Parts: sequence; C-alpha cells; structure tokens
Amino acid sequence: MNSELREEIEAHMALYPDSRSAALPALEAAQRVHGWCSPEAIEQVAAVMGVTPAYLAAVATFYDMLETEPVGRHSIYVCTNISCSLRGADALHAAVCEAAGEDPEFNVRSFECLGACDIAPMASVDGVFVGPLTLDDVPQLLDDVRAGRRVLPAKQLSTRKVADPHANSRDFPAHQVETASPSDASGGAA
Amino acid sequence: MTGALLFKDIDEPGLSTLEVYSGRGGYESLRKALATTPEEVLAQLEASGLRGRGGAGFAMGKKVSFLPKGSIDKYLVCNADESEPGTFKDRELMQKSPHMLIEGIVIASYAAGASRSFIYIRGEYVHQADVLDAALAEAREAGFVGEDILGSGHSLSLVVHRGAGAYICGEETGLLDSLEGKRGNPRLKPPFPANQGLYQGPTLINNVETLSTVPAIMKMGGEEYSKLGTETSKGTKLVSVSGHVQRPGNYEIELGIPSREIVYGLAGGPEEGREVKCWFPGGSSSPVLKKEDLDLPYDFDSMAKAGSMLGSGAIIVVDDSTPILDVALKVAKFYRHESCGKCTPCREGTNWTVKMLERIDDGTATPMDIEIMASVQEHIIGNCLCVLGDAMAMPIGSMIAKFRGEFEEHIETARARNVTGVLVHEAFA
Repeated sequence: MNSELREEIEAHMALYPDSRSAALPALEAAQRVHGWCSPEAIEQVAAVMGVTPAYLAAVATFYDMLETEPVGRHSIYVCTNISCSLRGADALHAAVCEAAGEDPEFNVRSFECLGACDIAPMASVDGVFVGPLTLDDVPQLLDDVRAGRRVLPAKQLSTRKVADPHANSRDFPAHQVETASPSDASGGAA
Repeated sequence: MTGALLFKDIDEPGLSTLEVYSGRGGYESLRKALATTPEEVLAQLEASGLRGRGGAGFAMGKKVSFLPKGSIDKYLVCNADESEPGTFKDRELMQKSPHMLIEGIVIASYAAGASRSFIYIRGEYVHQADVLDAALAEAREAGFVGEDILGSGHSLSLVVHRGAGAYICGEETGLLDSLEGKRGNPRLKPPFPANQGLYQGPTLINNVETLSTVPAIMKMGGEEYSKLGTETSKGTKLVSVSGHVQRPGNYEIELGIPSREIVYGLAGGPEEGREVKCWFPGGSSSPVLKKEDLDLPYDFDSMAKAGSMLGSGAIIVVDDSTPILDVALKVAKFYRHESCGKCTPCREGTNWTVKMLERIDDGTATPMDIEIMASVQEHIIGNCLCVLGDAMAMPIGSMIAKFRGEFEEHIETARARNVTGVLVHEAFA
C-alpha cells in the first residue's frame, strides 16, 4: 500500500490514548486515496490499525460522508433540510441533478442540514459552502468544478459578515482576505 | 445590553490569528484564571449562572462540579457537532474566533482538572476544522496549550477530531462512542459522562458556544455576567434565525427579550404580505409555537412554559405559504434518516410517522390516521435511550395538536382528488 497513507493513519493513531479512536480520520484518509471506502481501502486501514475489516466496515456504513459504493470525485451536497427547503432547496437539488446528469465526475446528493441556513438554499461543493443559490447559479457552479476554479467566489460563505447589526465593537476596514466582496453585510434574503 | 460579548470583535479582520486575537485582549482571561485556583474558577462559573448552549440548558458550573476530584485521568470534550437543523451559530464562532473557543477550553479544563481535551467537529465543517487546526498550532506554539501552561503546572493536550456525518453524534454519549472510533450509538444513562465518559473516564462535555463564553465570564467576573439576562436564563445567547425571514443569520441577544424582536426586529420577519404561521424556537426538535407566542420573552423558562424549548437557540420561521404537512414530512424524514436504529420506538416510530404523513398526502389516509399518528408520538417520548425519537415526536405532536384542522382538510382534499381519478391518471401518465 501507499506509504503516505500508512504514515497518515499512524499519525492519527498517535493522537489518542486508544488508537482505535483514529478510525474515522483513517477511513477518511483512505477514502481520499481510493475515492471511496472500497474493500481494499478498508483492508489497508485495518492492517495499519490492527482491527478487523469487518469492524471498520461496520463503522463506515454508519456515517454519511464515508462512501461504501464508488462515487464521483467531486461531491456536491445540496442541503434539503427544513430551512433550506423553505427557500427552494428541493428545486435546486433537482436542477443540480439534472445538470450533472450522468457525469461520473460528480457525486450529487441531497443532504441533511449542513449548518448554513443563513445562506439557504445552499450546497457544499467539495467541502466549500456556497449560497444563497438560485437555479441560474447551477451551470456556473458545475463549470467551476469542472475547470478546477474556486466555486462561485461571490457566494462563498467564508466571505460573509455576521448578520447581527450590533456585532463588532468598532469600525474596521473591509475584509481583504478573499477576492470577492461580501455581497450583503446584513445577510439579506435571496 | 452593554454590548456584544461573543460577537464583540467577530468580523475583525484576522481575528482567527493569535496576533489579532491577543491584540484584542485574548488569552488575558486564561492568565487571570491560571493566577487563581481551579476552585476559584469553578466558583466564577457557578456564579455566572451560565447554562449549556447546546440544547439541554444544564448549568455549566454544576456540570464541572460533578467531575470527581483527585489525580485520575479526566477528559474535556467540546461538542462541535452542530447538526440540529436550523443551527449555525457554532460554525460562525469556530470560523471567525477559534482562539476564543480554545481559551475557553483551557480555562474550563483547569477548573475541571482535565488533562486531555478534544473538539469533536462535524465532518461537513471542513473550513472551520482547518481554521481550528491552524489556531491550535499557534496556541501550542505560544504555550497556551501543552505542558505546564504559562508556568502554572496545568497541562492540557487538545485534538481537533473530525466526524463523518451523523446527526446522532451531537448526542453526548453517541459522540463519545464515535470519538472512540465506533458507530455513534448512544449509551444508556446513568452512568453519566461526568463519571464514566470517554474511555470510561470522567468527562466534561460542553457545547462550543458554552465554552466560548468562558473567557468573557472570567474577564468580567461571574457575578457581573449573571446580571445579564433573566433570573433563570443568564447572559447573552447566539440565536440562528432561518427560514421565512428577510435577514436570516446569527444574532447575539440578551436572554429574555421578546421573541418578536428577534423574528421581526432583527431578522426582518417574513416577506411583505406574508405572516408567521408557526416557528420552531430551538431547532427542528422543538415543538412549534404560533404567531401569538411571538410576544413571549425568549429565554429557557418562558419557552418551556409555552410547551416548547429554547434548545440550541435556532429559530426557524415558517410563513403562511407553506402547508403544515410539508413541514411535518421534512422533519419526520430527517429523524427517520438519522435514527441509529438501536431503540425500537425511535426506529419504527420515525418510519411509520413518515409513512402515515405520506398517506395523508397521497389521499389514502383516513381521519383515524391522525389519532394513530398522535399516539405513536406519545409512545416514543421517554421510551428510548436518547432523545432523538423525542426530537421527532415533540414537534410532530405539536403540529398535530395545533394544526389538526389543516391535517384533516389535507386528508379530505387528497381523497377527493383520488376519487376523481386525477392521481390514477398521473400514475399511468
């Protein structure tokens, strides 16, 4: 097996009083290498951790982010829980599914609340939160992923300020870290 | 209110770095705490009256005091699995002010005598976990985390542990099993984590917001903090407002202000021409309230008295454009998906509730189904190891009780549609 993967798993194991605690980070690392928690991936983790493959398979099937079937390389989780669905998430999910079609590169899923209801409806694209999304954003979103660009830079959660008008004790210069300017400091509705 | 506590500097550029955080007075509270005794820090926490911000609202100081004394291995676990639908306050804190959380963890560990700590963050929060990892590396480098912190003799290790997507891992004992590398199945309580938690050792588990409040309490003093809020709900609270409001987002409020001020004053209320139909005051697990309840003060006791709960402080607003059945179905399907399957009332109850709601929608239900559905909810509550089943049964039960007429109407409309054959035609289309 890949020696980098072995080292990464061993580094995780060293962080805990009981090395078994490393199961989730180890499976996540193996999934990154193999694309999913394949039987081979699970066997490799089991060999390093000194547990049975069956034990790890039982763990992997419990968690939504560990894939136990082969999937596309790019994950697009569209939140369809209550707050997002009140703002049109089900139509958004359908549109993303349709636009992605049978493209094997994409792993489009409807997902439970991702904790970003302030930008509802939203999606997590390879771990990057974007929103509020409209149906018109869908082609651009997929194009950005295909081209390896930053996804919808103006709609990334990391660029937003808090909605609370009483937050922040004094004036300070605008954010400079991100290329996009916060579209709406008050967290306005879509 | 004198000013924001948790959100005081929240959008300060670079606040996630040690340089900016300490430039704004960060880690002063830790120095202050380490200069006194753990007992004194605990006394401040108890005097503050701070109640847990994760959902249960248990007094934090009391929780710390439950840990046995003596030189056994004790653990502190920060619950950063924020998964309650509608809740996104911890995300904001971790992403923008990670050092405040780390400082709170170190102070709390000193009071509890814990030497190992973990932040269990949900796997979906990729960016936030990266930010925490970077902040932790800085804090370690500066000697705020590690051996003999600032020469006090107190040592603490801290690990950021990423979950992998499971709502139930926000339940404290499910979280502990997950952190031990297992499926996240809840445990039978007692024993409570304070006695037998992580690796069977005494464990203090607190939510991100709770721990992030600790530095402010140390800075202003427990007594001073307790002057904020109401008699039994002290301090400030982050409220996540979402759904049908014009300005969804996180707001820091003083506990006890009128709910209307949050929903309309801060978040702008529903769009012009729409009215609030119902609202969840504390995440999708809380029983819904109606628009007339908006005049209630927003605090732990007022929400409990109204038959609901403050929960995680996530207000989800539903306006009059949405059928109550849609809301009920979304909520029930979520809990069906997230039930770990260990307890029968939860595993079966969530599944059958979804099926009955779907029957109402497709016109195959009878009015008797409402009775059955209501009794299923009653049989779930209090009959499981953890509260996931209750978390569905409480809001669904409240919707049946408060919107019964609408459910009955839905049954009749859908049945009439079936009789006229519309559905049959659709099925063969």
